Amino acid sequence: MRVPILKQGDYLIASIQSALSDQELMQLRDDLAEQAGRFRSRGIIIDVTVLDVMDSFACRTLRSIAHILRLRGAQTAIVGIQPEVAFAMVQLGLALGEVQTALDLEEGLALLSRRTERGSGSEK
Amino acid sequence: MARINKSTPNTVTETSLESTAALLRELVAHLRENRTQLREEWVRRITESKLLTAMTREEIFAEATSVYDNYVAVLESGSVEALQAYARDLSERIIPRGVETHEVVGIVLLLRDVLARSLFKKYQSDFGLLNRVLDAYEPAANRIANTVAVSFVQERERIIRQQQEAIRELSTPVLQVRERLLILPIIGVIDPQRARQVTEQLLRGIRANRAKVVVIDITGVPAVDSTVANHLVQTVDASRLMGATVIVTGLSSEIAQTLVTIGVDLSKMKTVGDLQGGIEEAERLLGYKVMLEQTAEKLP
Repeated sequence: MRVPILKQGDYLIASIQSALSDQELMQLRDDLAEQAGRFRSRGIIIDVTVLDVMDSFACRTLRSIAHILRLRGAQTAIVGIQPEVAFAMVQLGLALGEVQTALDLEEGLALLSRRTERGSGSEK
Repeated sequence: MARINKSTPNTVTETSLESTAALLRELVAHLRENRTQLREEWVRRITESKLLTAMTREEIFAEATSVYDNYVAVLESGSVEALQAYARDLSERIIPRGVETHEVVGIVLLLRDVLARSLFKKYQSDFGLLNRVLDAYEPAANRIANTVAVSFVQERERIIRQQQEAIRELSTPVLQVRERLLILPIIGVIDPQRARQVTEQLLRGIRANRAKVVVIDITGVPAVDSTVANHLVQTVDASRLMGATVIVTGLSSEIAQTLVTIGVDLSKMKTVGDLQGGIEEAERLLGYKVMLEQTAEKLP
């Protein structure tokens, strides 16, 4: 199943609905890279609330999505990581690196609007 | 003295079983008869060996009486269940007073010796009979010693587990001090199990309170080594994944020096000197501005 990507003003919201295969993750990466350019988006939110597992491939793909989108001029925020998932990730040594994270969709939107206001992509 | 073993030999096993039972009966009768004297001898030996020093003489005598009666009852019935219950009950009473395992085992072994001595004396004229009496007595006596020791240790372990549980429950509160600001004061030693529990509790707290900033205060942690530091780093990383910033406070100068000496990299971690500073920094991050409205003249 393709992950639905919703356009909301300057932002794109990719809301993951079920556990994703590696193939679907790569599809998501390609879709986001393409649509971010097409809609001239400034921020992208990936909602992972429903995921109860996050493996190394998923982490790496999310990192690379953030990196790709930064090169395309957009900020990325991962939202909705569950407590158990967060704990498992640090235990396994999986990191999201410099990728922004927020508690939920609402927080993610607030985060992105703060960061995109300050001008494109400059670290604070 | 009654001779039991001479009558009607059936099969070998039956005879020996029967004779064991009969010998134990005789033994119990003997112990009941000499209860006062043997008990006193036992208490004398306990005092002499300086066991149960936490208890008064009267208490020792009272406990000795009930242990003695239980002991005889077990020899008579062969069932240790009543003794087990009694030993647990006794342990529950004497553990808080600081009675050690070696004392409990010691007094039971003393009783065994005292009773064995009295048997030697009683049957000294007939070595064969003494042997058979001891054959019947020793396994039962050893089983009793075993039961009491195991019950005592089990009771102690139960109490230790209970206390650990209580300490764990008490020591990791996650408190909200402002909207979206949590504090987590950690008191005591951090072991891997506790670190895990603290982290899980904190992550749940972040979600439940929608926290954006967390102040972890480790003033009450006596020592920080690389393991504890790694736990802290993991907690910080996990909190960040949930969108919360962590500020660590209360690193004493010794701890800071240790961490630098052993080369733990905490550069990714935001640290502030004390809890007050941590909360002020957190308020700044959250956009709070706390100011003094007027001088505190209302206070007495």
